[in-house]
Amino acid sequence: MAEDPINTKILSLVLQSVREVGENQGSDFLINADETTALLGMLDSIGTVYLITILEETLADELGMQITLADEHAMNLENSPFLTIATLVRHVETLVAKSKGAGH
Amino acid sequence: MARKSLPVPLGSDGQENCVDGARSSLSTKPQLRSGLAQRSEESNGQYQVVLITGTRTGIGRYLAEYYVDKGCQVIGCSRGSIDYDLKNYRHFCLDVSDEVKVKQMFSEIRKAYNRLDVLINNAGIAATNHFLLTPIKTVRDIFATNVIGTVIFCQEAAKLMQRRRYGRIVNFATVAIPWKLEGEAIYASSKATVVSLTQILARELAEFGITVNAVGPTPVKTDIIRSVPQEKLDGLISRQAIRRLGQFRDVSNVIDFFIQPESDFVTGQVIFLGGV
Repeated sequence: MAEDPINTKILSLVLQSVREVGENQGSDFLINADETTALLGMLDSIGTVYLITILEETLADELGMQITLADEHAMNLENSPFLTIATLVRHVETLVAKSKGAGH
Repeated sequence: MARKSLPVPLGSDGQENCVDGARSSLSTKPQLRSGLAQRSEESNGQYQVVLITGTRTGIGRYLAEYYVDKGCQVIGCSRGSIDYDLKNYRHFCLDVSDEVKVKQMFSEIRKAYNRLDVLINNAGIAATNHFLLTPIKTVRDIFATNVIGTVIFCQEAAKLMQRRRYGRIVNFATVAIPWKLEGEAIYASSKATVVSLTQILARELAEFGITVNAVGPTPVKTDIIRSVPQEKLDGLISRQAIRRLGQFRDVSNVIDFFIQPESDFVTGQVIFLGGV
């Protein structure tokens, strides 16, 4: 089944943001991240704030959508969306789909 | 150390963006995001990108002209259109408390300049009333502009500044706070919130290379004090150590100190003018 182009784009934008955080923090691990990369333990609190803000800005600029990644719902999820690149991508896909459905 | 070349100031010669965000007529491609930290030395003086709120009149307009004169690329905003033209100045029409419009503006700033060096949260409104006669709508309006507007701009600016690990945020307080000025309960309260915000943001944003400070002007001859009787003004001035009306240059003098790259060890401070 062909991958939804928007989901392919989301993966690309998430990886772009993670790699930018990697460059900013001097982390080769993050610079070389791919969709299988685990984030848990690789980002300190400041790094997490940085990733969230970078990714939100990138989504706004590239998709024209204002998405809040770290809202109360996300913070109360049993499994954090920030565990891995894959969980983060799925979290963004869900929010983008919701935003489209709400007509934003 | 060789200075890294910075984006050429993308002057808009008085271009306004007053219809639902920006029309972009910029011909220069935005610089690619490198994500690399920039040293504060590279932001020294010329070609800094400075965002000032409330630039239609008064202190805000003066600051826009002042920093354009200093060689900065200045972006300004106000609820209404402006009646002046400035090279290397770009104007947005928006309400500072309108989160959606503000985010759209910052998206334009990212695309056009990919940086922000200085934010000056000048926009503010006041209303002189006895507390018991102050409508709640007035309370909401004052807090919307003075507090929520400042918060939204600080958030969006800090997100952009953190990418280069450099930024200067200057908020506006008022001498009405230390004076506990009667008739200004809501205005002074809103600005006291801004002071507390300034002091805490200074700590939260320090790791990102961003300093946050505030200037507290005395009465300055602008629209905001237009309706204050001369007798009352004289009474206020008599409470200052230096007894005169503030001038625009007094405000820019303090802002210059806060925003210069050498002031990277100055944060969380509030300087009230006139020796108050």
